[in-house]
Amino acid sequence: MGYVAVRGGEDAIRHSERLLEAFRRREGHPGIQVAQIREQMRLAVDRAMAEGSLYSPTLAALALKQAEGDMVEAAFLLRAYRSTLPRVQTTPTLRPAAMRLVRRISAAFKDIPGGQILGPTRDYTQRLLDFSLLDEEERTDASLSPMSGEATNGAAPPERVSTYLRREGLLPDLPGDVEPPVDITRDAVAFPMPRSARLQALARGEEGALLALAYSSMRGFGNVHPTVAELRVGYLAVQVTIPGLETPVTIGEILVTEVELISRWDADDAEGNAGTQFRLGYGFAFGHNERRTICMAILDRAMQAAAPHAPAEDQEFVIQHIDGIEAQGFTNHWKLPHYVDFQSELDRLRAKRRAAATPAEAKP
Amino acid sequence: MSYSFAFLDEQSKRCVRRALLKAVALPGYQVPFVSRELPISYGWGTGGIQTTCALLGKSDVLKVIDQGADDSVNALNIKRFFAKTAGIRTTTLTAEASIIQTRHRIPEERLRADQILVFQVPYPEPLRRVEPRETETRRMHAEADYGRMYVALYEDIVRHGEITLPWQYPALVNGRYLLSPSPIPRFDNPKLHQADCLFLFGAGREKRVYAVPPHTDVHSLGFEDHPFRVESFAGRRCSRCGSTDTYLDEVIVDADGRRQHQCSDTAFCLRRRQDPAVPRGWGHDHPAGVAVEARR
Repeated sequence: MGYVAVRGGEDAIRHSERLLEAFRRREGHPGIQVAQIREQMRLAVDRAMAEGSLYSPTLAALALKQAEGDMVEAAFLLRAYRSTLPRVQTTPTLRPAAMRLVRRISAAFKDIPGGQILGPTRDYTQRLLDFSLLDEEERTDASLSPMSGEATNGAAPPERVSTYLRREGLLPDLPGDVEPPVDITRDAVAFPMPRSARLQALARGEEGALLALAYSSMRGFGNVHPTVAELRVGYLAVQVTIPGLETPVTIGEILVTEVELISRWDADDAEGNAGTQFRLGYGFAFGHNERRTICMAILDRAMQAAAPHAPAEDQEFVIQHIDGIEAQGFTNHWKLPHYVDFQSELDRLRAKRRAAATPAEAKP
Repeated sequence: MSYSFAFLDEQSKRCVRRALLKAVALPGYQVPFVSRELPISYGWGTGGIQTTCALLGKSDVLKVIDQGADDSVNALNIKRFFAKTAGIRTTTLTAEASIIQTRHRIPEERLRADQILVFQVPYPEPLRRVEPRETETRRMHAEADYGRMYVALYEDIVRHGEITLPWQYPALVNGRYLLSPSPIPRFDNPKLHQADCLFLFGAGREKRVYAVPPHTDVHSLGFEDHPFRVESFAGRRCSRCGSTDTYLDEVIVDADGRRQHQCSDTAFCLRRRQDPAVPRGWGHDHPAGVAVEARR
């Protein structure tokens, strides 16, 4: 009977959960350890942290394990956990310009003070399946281990590429002390959103959504022709202020990716100078996340348009639809029973069919 | 480690309560609130759950229904969530509950002044079908500029001879704000009008709450010559309790496609099986509560 099939009751949920557990971990296979995921599925962990809006490689790895590798589900688990954490304090502003670099490139200038650091990247590799990984031996090459995050250890952090453009007047000056940033997880915000709120929404957006929208703006539905002024991956110190102590105390480092992207600004600025400056799009994410930060910077730049002409320039269109957790939830909810509404739909459609079947002269 | 009573921390619950108080003070007005992520997915009742989180006290008795049914898996899952995080008593008896969380139905049994019905709302914005932009719909509400909604209904009549909106049928609250009653069938719209209980609506993904306080006028949109109409179940009855005045689900019972009908409100169906004379009590089987544009 159809009735039983759609309303299984509590027993059905319990059995389904047990079955899920059986599928997650087939008998006879060694359990994958959270530490293995954390250390070897590095980029999946970093993406889960970015979309989950929570910096914790271990918990992100746990979420990936529990979700059987479903990225959106893993980010969702982290977000739900994040909801239960008290807000202890806000850190002083982080200064990404001072990060301990692992990687730093500029597509704008060949030579930059401080140099380009290629770092770990797949950009210039050939995408050939490496069959030797099918049965990988334990790594014994000790010479590789000290390379992580030590690239510029000790050296003064180089200035950002954008600083030089700003000095020449090609980029508008940074505003001085700006308003404290909005937190979209703590404040109800309305459209139009302040830039800080947009950046936060972008930073935790679903990568596929960011990619599709950013791609649309560079490909045909929009007009962002971006130049990556600078892309940095590195470790950033996080500090807190402790009552009684004058200087903030460093409590640890987080790995982050930052992108500054420049693009021509053809609209009149406040002084009426048309097209004489670049504008900057900004991207930032927890972990090593180059693709998503470039997309974020493109969308940040696109949404600075005074009047939106393309979907990616329209902040309501972009912000309302990029959150993976919101979008997946609503998409999945169509699996819930809808028989009351469907009955109502049937009622209207049958009424329409009756009206259509009635000869015209008989109609009132 | 443990979670707070009813999952959300006290500060977050206070945020929701402040928004709910504002919503009650402005019947039908959509109040923005900060929606927290829950361990249950957006689109599965997170607005209703956060509202219930904010309302629950230790002595509350909770009923959760989905499509009218107590035994639907989603309703059970939400009830399980509250039983686990708040340890409160749950029930399937409508009269016994102090808070009822619902998806897509208003119970057949009239609710009392000491009961609260919490709706899970997917689309809080009744104007969304005529206007996709939030900035524009906010303006339309501010100016009570609802002409486009009436035009949309009128165009429906011109094209189809009928208003073809099936569920989530818009209604004017207290003569001021246009409200989406969540995807309840039209059958349930009249129950919102001059009720004794408080109706609270929570939309988690869209981050809005709104309310219909007790004894408030709620008029479903319509025209003098094309009044608002509820679904017709003429000639049909519940195959279990025999009711002819309740909202019926249609079920396909065999391979030949034969249909039967059953009450969508499972708790009320049970009561009717025990006592066929139990009244629904909403007192408006006639299409009362109809806003007629021509009168304005």
